Amino acid sequence: MENALFYFFSGAMLFFGLMTITSRNPVNSAMFLVLVFFFMAGLFVLLHAFFLAAVQVLVYAGAIMVLFLFVIMLLNAADEEKRRRHWLGVIASAVVVGLLVFEFGFVLWSGNLDTVLPSLDAVGQTEAVGRLLFSSYLLPFEIVSVLLLAAMIGVIILGGKEKKA
Amino acid sequence: MTDLGSFLSANPWAVALLKIAVVIGCMLGVIAYTVLAERRICAFIQDRLGPNRVGPFGLFQPIADGMKFLFKENVLPAHVNKLYYILAPTIAMIPALLAFAVIPFGSRLHGEPMVIADLNVGVLWVFSIASLGVYGIVLAGWASNSKYPFLGGIRSSAQMISYEIAMGMSVIGVFMLVGSLNLTRVVEYQSGLWLFFKQPLGFLIFMVAAFAETNRLPFDLPESEQELVSGYHTEYGSMKFALFFLAEYANLITASALMVTLFFGGWQAPFFDLSRLSPCVAGVLHIICFAFKMLIFMLLFIWTRWMLPRFRYDQLMDLGWKVFVPLALLNILITGLVIAFQT
Repeated sequence: MENALFYFFSGAMLFFGLMTITSRNPVNSAMFLVLVFFFMAGLFVLLHAFFLAAVQVLVYAGAIMVLFLFVIMLLNAADEEKRRRHWLGVIASAVVVGLLVFEFGFVLWSGNLDTVLPSLDAVGQTEAVGRLLFSSYLLPFEIVSVLLLAAMIGVIILGGKEKKA
Repeated sequence: MTDLGSFLSANPWAVALLKIAVVIGCMLGVIAYTVLAERRICAFIQDRLGPNRVGPFGLFQPIADGMKFLFKENVLPAHVNKLYYILAPTIAMIPALLAFAVIPFGSRLHGEPMVIADLNVGVLWVFSIASLGVYGIVLAGWASNSKYPFLGGIRSSAQMISYEIAMGMSVIGVFMLVGSLNLTRVVEYQSGLWLFFKQPLGFLIFMVAAFAETNRLPFDLPESEQELVSGYHTEYGSMKFALFFLAEYANLITASALMVTLFFGGWQAPFFDLSRLSPCVAGVLHIICFAFKMLIFMLLFIWTRWMLPRFRYDQLMDLGWKVFVPLALLNILITGLVIAFQT
């Protein structure tokens, strides 16, 4: 059962991911991406990571993608008609894809999968995440918060009304 | 009866299906009569009588309305994006019904907990599902391909995202005290004193945010008849319009249920410890108690709608970001300080 669900969720994710990047209409793309997030949440549920699944839907599907949709609609983006490919973009994406494939391959072939998977108990999920964030991962956590703060200040300054000198 | 009992105890999925069927059935029934209650109460406030022709006191009005919606011609305007136009009402309705799944509406009947899914991330589930409701409105506004619905959709997405933040932060105080996100745990924690008395500020913020999230007056900017005709559902008719309508009332019910669960003791009766009675009687009384409290909040929603004028859009945004978000942060700070000094 769990295996079947895993293949179903992953297959659906891959399919809708492909649809996201191949559809011409930006609204369609955004909605397909929402579906991708859903199935990813499904994968988290299979891992008993209910907290992550709920946050995945809440933050990505419920907030960020709504903002995406908001911007697409405000700009009234029409179907993408011409397909201009910039060589820089092609090279950059090839490098990123290459790196990702290398990373996944490295992890898979090094055979350390059992130690990579943390032991998840079905009860204290939220607590476990919180404890890890404030103990082992305290420094990265703080760095991310400072980054977010900097982004926030930047947005406020850029978006604020210009004062007349 | 014993056959049914043994069948149910042997098949947990049958119990779950039964609970889902009963809850959805009850919800749809309550929605229908909330609409009637709204129309009657509105009429009384405006010194009219309201719909009182169908059946005694107009009690069969929802049936007549339902029949009308079902048999009306299904108009599909020529200028719409067909797929999203048809999908949007469904997308609005599904989250509205799903969000109720984790709310405990009673203690136990025959040892069976009266909640469909007792998730340990309870309230996060409600928030994440409720946050999807906005897609229905946004897509309806966009797919209608016409000005007023579009403006309604844009307004609604901005409004719902803004108030979601205040709403999410207002309940953090509750969970700091309870120490769990599980709603059953939250109800058990309130067996002594209701959380409203410990988190009055949190409740205030939550209630106002709930008004904004359900698009009810004084925050019904996405609809605002005077400027936008009727906002995102201007281009909709027959059953598709009815689905938006039902979704709004389903959201109202869920918001009321959530307020009862988080701040007003859930299914517990005030002053009396009903669990001293025989388990069967107590189980039924707990459900009645929950329903009664929910009813009070639903009446509050309806009453407010006909009492207050609508906010201006910039006032709405100012209130959300500059008042409620800082207040919610303050609430978290105070709660944290109190917990720190107590231990």
